[in-house]
Amino acid sequence: MDPQVIIIGAGIAGLTAAGALAEKGHHVLILEKEAQPGGHVAQWDRLFPSRRPGSEVLDHIRKIMDGRVEIKPGIRINGIIAHDQDFTVLTEEGTSYTGQALLIASGFRLFQAERKEEYGYGIYDNVITSAEVETVFKQGKKLLTSKGTLPQRVALIHCVGSRDEKVGNLYCSKVCCVTGVKQAIEIKEQLPQCEVFSFYMDMRMYDRHFEELYFEAQKQWGVQFIRGRLSECSEAPDQSLIIKTEDTLTGRPLRMIVDLVILLVGFVPEPETGKLVEMLGLSTGEDGFILPSDEHYNDNLTTVPGVFLAGAVKGPATISNTIADARAAALQIDSWLKTKP
Amino acid sequence: MKVEGKRRIWKDYQKEIADDRYFYVRSCVRQNFFPASEKMFFRILKEELGKDIFENAAHTTCSGIGYHSDVVPFETTMTMVARQFALMTESGYQNFTTSCITSFGLYTEILETWHHFPEVEARVRENLKKATGREFDKPSNLSHASDVIYKFRKEIGEKARYRLVNKQTGQPLRCVEHIGCHYSRMFPGKGVGGAEYPYVLAGMIEEWGGEVIDYPERRHCCGFGFRQYLIQANRGYSLSCSKKKFDSMAPYKPDLILTNCPGCPMFLDRWQYTLSEMEGTTYGENGQGIPVLTYEELAGLVLGYDPWDLGLQVHQVPAEPLLDKMGIPYDSNRKFLNRDGQSMGRPKAPSFLKFY
Repeated sequence: MDPQVIIIGAGIAGLTAAGALAEKGHHVLILEKEAQPGGHVAQWDRLFPSRRPGSEVLDHIRKIMDGRVEIKPGIRINGIIAHDQDFTVLTEEGTSYTGQALLIASGFRLFQAERKEEYGYGIYDNVITSAEVETVFKQGKKLLTSKGTLPQRVALIHCVGSRDEKVGNLYCSKVCCVTGVKQAIEIKEQLPQCEVFSFYMDMRMYDRHFEELYFEAQKQWGVQFIRGRLSECSEAPDQSLIIKTEDTLTGRPLRMIVDLVILLVGFVPEPETGKLVEMLGLSTGEDGFILPSDEHYNDNLTTVPGVFLAGAVKGPATISNTIADARAAALQIDSWLKTKP
Repeated sequence: MKVEGKRRIWKDYQKEIADDRYFYVRSCVRQNFFPASEKMFFRILKEELGKDIFENAAHTTCSGIGYHSDVVPFETTMTMVARQFALMTESGYQNFTTSCITSFGLYTEILETWHHFPEVEARVRENLKKATGREFDKPSNLSHASDVIYKFRKEIGEKARYRLVNKQTGQPLRCVEHIGCHYSRMFPGKGVGGAEYPYVLAGMIEEWGGEVIDYPERRHCCGFGFRQYLIQANRGYSLSCSKKKFDSMAPYKPDLILTNCPGCPMFLDRWQYTLSEMEGTTYGENGQGIPVLTYEELAGLVLGYDPWDLGLQVHQVPAEPLLDKMGIPYDSNRKFLNRDGQSMGRPKAPSFLKFY
């Protein structure tokens, strides 16, 4: 039996929407490009602001949909045909799936830190990304330098690939500031002797409990926040890193030696989603993320009837925002299926 | 350090460099600083590589020094540059090659300006026509002379009589490459290897057998930076920039510094003497300095030209330690003779820097 709804992407947006639709009795199929469902959250250790394990949230979402939703992993889509009443999704493997509604929940990709050439990611051994820090913590390991020593000084660099005209991304990625605060605290928890510095443009602590976390980082953990963007990073003979920046509050240039530089990488549109946009004739904003049919009233709808959006395909979003958005999309799809001629 | 990371970036910054028929424009200052470098560029291209290279005696300054010192307005600079393009056009050439990094940066900046603001180009054409009666075509290819040597680094390597290898130990010579700021910092895509990890000189060093050193202050200014030097009161800043670089590179024990700008070799060479007189500090082994070479001088040494014909005797930091390492023979008695074999006089030996 053909599914009623095909969801592209088995991250938290796709899984949440699938669960909500299944609860309403719809037959849902999720197509996922990776071998395992869970998206980015499956790679992350603890979530801001409460620092609950990411797996806890994922398990909860899975419980709702388990046994009621079919997931096809390892799928590469190479065509979508829109018929009068339904859509057929064609895969590179030669299979096809037809459904009455299509939900694009294919998420985002992390900014490739190599593009900020002056920071030396992929060249200097001790320049790593926030995603790699999550992996270390998730594996229950200690955060170490490339030589296997405990870092004495760590610098977290905010806005890597975000709010940066030079790399063509003018938008804010929304989650990096608070991720930086969370990771700074986690580093101090794990390595109390380590000095942690955060270099930021603005601290965008907009959501509930974010500001409290920022205060905790300063008061309880002694994390030092310095307002200034990193201008360049170089490697010293002992593989420590020399960073140059400016403390824009004192108006003075700053040069500092640290053992580890952590780049808080932002969101960029998933390139595979770009192909879906072309196949379906959808529109994207200047930031490359998909535009809904109306940013206020129809945030989950597109200009193509029967094609819906959920989560970070529309731009950077927190996990709680994504879950809420996916539930809203499920409601929209449910109504659309009910009113469909 | 992961060199493959740099190679990935280098792949993204490959520029087109013409392979023949170059219209060459000299630097205002290089013939005073490093008297044989531009001549050597001609010899390498004509005699070693069999290329067509031409210069027009009517060529003048591009006004880059004046422009970057806020003495010459951009409008005037653009018209002067337009005149250089007119000389190229009148000479029947299309590939414009500059000796000077600042000229290269300025020509790039002006061509980019005209690309984005065609009305400015039209106005400059009109001004040039009114002032001189000249018209011009824009170059079909713009390169710096170091781009051209980079392009033919393999051919030069194949003809090499000496390599960047320590003859005694068989180890590659450890080379610092220092790129002029105006080469690619303003327009990363116009330089081989981009702005952060330029490959133009590193490619020559690798091809000729040497090892490139990456040190913490690699990107830092050499100390020229026009305002730092042209304003006498700022010269302490100029010196401190150079000192910062030497202090940063010294732990890597470099055998030479390779440069592609008129100012960088001048300041990295002369300030070593100044620092030695001021502080008694020398940055090479046993009281030696770190020899500083232009890319033409290095190519000339690799090809087997006599070091004194390359003008290495006018360097403040003696090149002899490098020549000894490479196994290049030289006649110390000829060092201070002019072309006619007459003595130019022997300079006074520095107090600390080892003199030969």
